[in-house]
Parts: sequence; structure tokens; C-alpha cells
Amino acid sequence: MSKKFLIPLIVFIAIALLLGIGLTMNPRAIPSTLISKPAPNFTLPLLHDQTRAFNPDQLRGQRWLLNVWASWCVSCRYEHPLLTEVANSGVTIIGLNYKDKADAAIQWLNERGNPYTHSPFDESGRVGIEWGVIAVPETFVIDEQGVIVYKYTGPLTAEVIQQELMPVLNQTEAPR
Amino acid sequence: MKNMLLTLLTGIAIFFAPTAFGVIEAVEFETLQQEERYKQLIEELRCVVCQNQNIADSDADLAKDLRAIAADMIRDGKSDAEVKTFMRERYGDFVLYRTPFNSYTALIWLGPIVVLLIVLIGVFVTLRRRQQDELVKPAHSDNDQERIKVRNLLRDAPNLNESSRK
Repeated sequence: MSKKFLIPLIVFIAIALLLGIGLTMNPRAIPSTLISKPAPNFTLPLLHDQTRAFNPDQLRGQRWLLNVWASWCVSCRYEHPLLTEVANSGVTIIGLNYKDKADAAIQWLNERGNPYTHSPFDESGRVGIEWGVIAVPETFVIDEQGVIVYKYTGPLTAEVIQQELMPVLNQTEAPR
Repeated sequence: MKNMLLTLLTGIAIFFAPTAFGVIEAVEFETLQQEERYKQLIEELRCVVCQNQNIADSDADLAKDLRAIAADMIRDGKSDAEVKTFMRERYGDFVLYRTPFNSYTALIWLGPIVVLLIVLIGVFVTLRRRQQDELVKPAHSDNDQERIKVRNLLRDAPNLNESSRK
């Protein structure tokens, strides 16, 4: 008889556990379809010199980081000092300037410092769509063969950089 | 009176407000058929920014861009499947309101059926057990004996029964 009373309790605990796990998940973290796929190609003018262009092929043979940012993006401000640290450790960071105004973007970088090797200027956001960008900031790691090996949605934290980003960046030969 | 009228009008305005949204920009197509396809497609594509809306209802910037791309692709003679594939390659199965069946989404599709089966089996087993209990039960359990006693008491006191009814 006492066992019968346990059943609802067990069901309750099971549901509570499942819902609890659900609460800890980030609904914005939509699994990227681009992992282990070739990085979408694009050619965009540079923010600082619109007569010059950037194309991901220019970085073939090295591991680099693509950070999608905008001057209107509030969480980009939080991750900015962290990105600067990453850049100072010798990582090539390309800052895809997403749906921004050129003068506002340049001013933003002047005020805070520029961690980006280049900032391709994606005014229309069309390249962002190719990369499946949902909301800025987003961060990708592209390997020597031009394949996307890692993606992080949302502002980077010191923990994420140390535990996820740096290990991927320091992995010189992709285990395949 | 004026205040009441204002409140009433505000109420009506709020009530009808959602219908006033919908697709924001006017999109033109060469044929009516293309327009129909466009309308249906954007109903079925999820806005990845405001996740519980389709791109037809969302006024997020990205939804607007995706609507424009869908319109362009339809004008270029691309099929519905091609538009969906374009979206899916970039944003994953998540953009499709009609979730495709694959290993990743299997739980969503099969989960309810599995739960229903478990419940049905549970009900079946319980009913079966109860039926068997009834058959196996001794004819005069404590409960039955009590009942017989009560019935006898009532039978032996018919007058009491009659008088209480009056």
C-alpha cells in the first residue's frame, strides 16, 4: 500500500528535475548548424578603410576568431575588455561589424580600444545572415582549413574564454 | 461620460491592436500565386530573435531581412523547399515551425506517443488487477459482513423506515 503512495512522489520528483534542468538551459543557445562546416565566404569593405576589402580566404592556414559586434550592442561592452585580452595574447580577431553605422562604430572603437585585426563592415547584415547570426555578440573560431570549429552565442565570459575558447584556439591540428 | 467613452475606445483599440500588426511592409509580386506562397512561407518560419513568433508577425530587424530574402527567392523562381533549406542551413531545424523528424527531434515527435502508451498500459494493468481482485476476493470480507448487518437492521425495522419517510 505504501508503495502506491510513492508513485506520485517519484513522478513529481522526475518532472521537477526535468523542469529544473530546463531552467538552467539557455533558450537562446540554438545549436549552430555551421559547426564543422566551411565558413561562409564573403567580401566586405573594411570599417576603417572602405576602399580595402576583407575575405576569409586571406586567413587560410591560421586559426582565427570572428566576433560579431555592433556599437549599439550593449552586451558587446561587457565582452570588450575580455576580447582585448584575447587579442593581446596574439589571437587574430576579425570583428564583423553588424548592421552598424560606420562613424558610430569607429567612435566606439576609438573610445574603448580596437581588439580587431580587421573589422569588415556588414552594413546590411546580409553576411550576418550567411553566418546564421541571430543576435550580437556571437563568436566563431575558424580553423586552418577555413572550417568553423566553435561558436558561442552571447557575450563571452572569462570562464568561457578560459575553458572553451582558448583550448579550441590553441589546438593547432584539428583532430579529424 | 467622456472618460468612460475614452476608456471604452482604448479598450477596443487594445483588443484589435494585434490584428493591426502582421506583415509590416508591403511586398509586391508578379503573380497572385507567388504572393500566396510568400504569405504561407513566412507563417511557417520562426523568428529566431523573438522565438515564439513567426517571421510574418515579428517586427524584429532580422525577421524583416528574412522576409525580404524569402520574397526575393520566390521572385527568382525558387521553390518553397529551397527557401526553407536556405533558412535551415543557417539557423537549423529551429526556424521551421513544422519540425522535421530526425534523430535530434525524435523525442519531440515520439515523446507524446510514448507517454500515451505508458498511460494506456498503466490503465490496462490496473483495471485487469482490479478485476482479478474482485474474482479472488472472498464472498464475505469484513466490509460485506458489515453491509449485511446494516441491511438486516433496516429490514428488521420497517416501521422506523416508514415513519422516517413521513
